[in-house]
Amino acid sequence: MNNAGQAIHLKKEILVRIIKAFLSDNFEEQARLIPYAMRPKGMEVPYRCCVYKERAIIKDRTIAGLGFPIEEDDETVSLATYAKKATERKEISDKNLTVLQAACQGCKTNRIYVTDLCQGCIARPCLSSCKFGAVSIINGRSVIDDSKCKKCQMCVQACPYNAIVKITVPCEDACPVGAIKKDETGFASIDFEKCISCGKCISACPFGAVHERSQIIDILKAIKSGKKVIAMVAPSIAGQFPGSIYQLKTAIKKAGFYDVYEVAQGADITAQTEAKEFSERMHLANEKATEWLNEWVNEGGYGEKPETQEDDNVQHFMTTSCCAGYNQLIKKHMPEIKPFVSDTKTPMYYTAEIVKQAYPDSVTVFVSPCVAKRAEGYENPNVDYIMNFEELGALFVAKKIEILECEETPYVKESSKQGRNFGFSGGVAESVKASLKNENSVKPCIINGLNKESIRQLRKYAKSGECDSGCNLIEVMCCEGGCIGGNATMNNPKTAKKLINELSEKSQDIEKV
Amino acid sequence: MEKINVKVCMGTTCFVMGGANLQELNDIIPRKYGDKVEVNASPCLNLCSINWEYSKAPYVKVDDEIITEATVEKVLETIENKLGNN
Ligand code: FES
Repeated sequence: MNNAGQAIHLKKEILVRIIKAFLSDNFEEQARLIPYAMRPKGMEVPYRCCVYKERAIIKDRTIAGLGFPIEEDDETVSLATYAKKATERKEISDKNLTVLQAACQGCKTNRIYVTDLCQGCIARPCLSSCKFGAVSIINGRSVIDDSKCKKCQMCVQACPYNAIVKITVPCEDACPVGAIKKDETGFASIDFEKCISCGKCISACPFGAVHERSQIIDILKAIKSGKKVIAMVAPSIAGQFPGSIYQLKTAIKKAGFYDVYEVAQGADITAQTEAKEFSERMHLANEKATEWLNEWVNEGGYGEKPETQEDDNVQHFMTTSCCAGYNQLIKKHMPEIKPFVSDTKTPMYYTAEIVKQAYPDSVTVFVSPCVAKRAEGYENPNVDYIMNFEELGALFVAKKIEILECEETPYVKESSKQGRNFGFSGGVAESVKASLKNENSVKPCIINGLNKESIRQLRKYAKSGECDSGCNLIEVMCCEGGCIGGNATMNNPKTAKKLINELSEKSQDIEKV
Repeated sequence: MEKINVKVCMGTTCFVMGGANLQELNDIIPRKYGDKVEVNASPCLNLCSINWEYSKAPYVKVDDEIITEATVEKVLETIENKLGNN
């Protein structure tokens, strides 16, 4: 969930204004006016030095909302031109994040720093603890030479006064794969070769500097041109808006969509397919194990356990494959785990397939809790656009749609309890288990959020071919708490989970395979 | 003593602009204040359309007092003040 209160409020307000501008009879002019409307002449300036600076920053954020990279802006192009280019755009980019570098100035670069608490003691443990000769004493106080410092933090630990601190950059700290860095100029930038689109930097930055490049204009354009635009709502959407998911369906249709599908419907297929795959994969392992046990028992159970043959076909665990952030991680950083990853497709994949079969000429929009699905959507020809929860919210606000006043509309197919629970940590493993006749064959292990530690763990499993304590199904979710912790969610994960449970408790159990 | 009445706006604008997080109040308030304070979700309080558009949402009403850009902390603080004054 995004914590940067003020910044997130600002981002949403900008989205609302962009949408309103698009819906007006003069998109380009209204887009140009957004910074002036938000910071009119004479207004007291809430955050920065002056109204001009605030407007410049709002302009930058608007550029991201229109779907363009802020980094490439040379300040001469007006928002009217950007708006025009957005309406003319035919393709979307695979680079789905952009950094508002002007916001980075408030944030010091990553370094080790001696604070005023330094007592200038005689023992000087900092000096002796540093292996790189980066600490020296100037005027009786410790000083760190940044050019020599390797950030090992030995001095931080050595100082008895806790006077030395590590200054962290929140986005760098949050990124599990080292893809975002503040460079020498002090601006953060993203290395898209490494980026797994997890969106953790978006949530971590207190200045709200990292933006998703929105596709909202492309979506609105498709609606305006009369195409059948179909929304596919992620299971985690239950609990992100007021009212029921059935009222939500009506609201989305009011916003101009032709139809709405629950992605939980695809989640049911994922669960069942993954369950089948799981039992096939583990069957071999079980057979081998029984064979070996029999042999050992036949020999009276004494002596050495027989050496098991290294057999590449025998696997002891399988990991889930529905999380887009995890899939990007595998692709870019962890190919070694690929053989253990389920080949089953994601709920979005199956849902989009169903929709395109039903309406071959439709434009499909996945309504997403996170930015990672943009990467997956980009790779899937059946998924045309991604709209995150915040953008859908902004669309409702701009169109003044009161969800609580909407009627309930049923979905084409009611999804199961387990499919609807896909959006929180533990829900996917549970669904695989519930889809199997022999539920006890599943021994799940949950990776609740990708970070440096859990990535190390996964590498270890991939290398050894075994998971800790005999677990055989690893559920991996990139965000802490699962999709309900995604960067574009609006509710706190605790309340969101409660609301999902209220819905899923009323839903039928998944069919076993 | 009159009960304090808290109305948390669950209209679309308020909800989207940050009101989602205020749903926590449904748990916190009864736990903290028992039956001294009553908390209800409310449909659009019609404040979003008059007060400088959506910029000040989410709104919460504590008795007659309107809290703008409401957070859980702001609401609890207002309740504390009222309880202290009574
Ligand atoms: S939505 Fe809260 S006042 Fe309208």
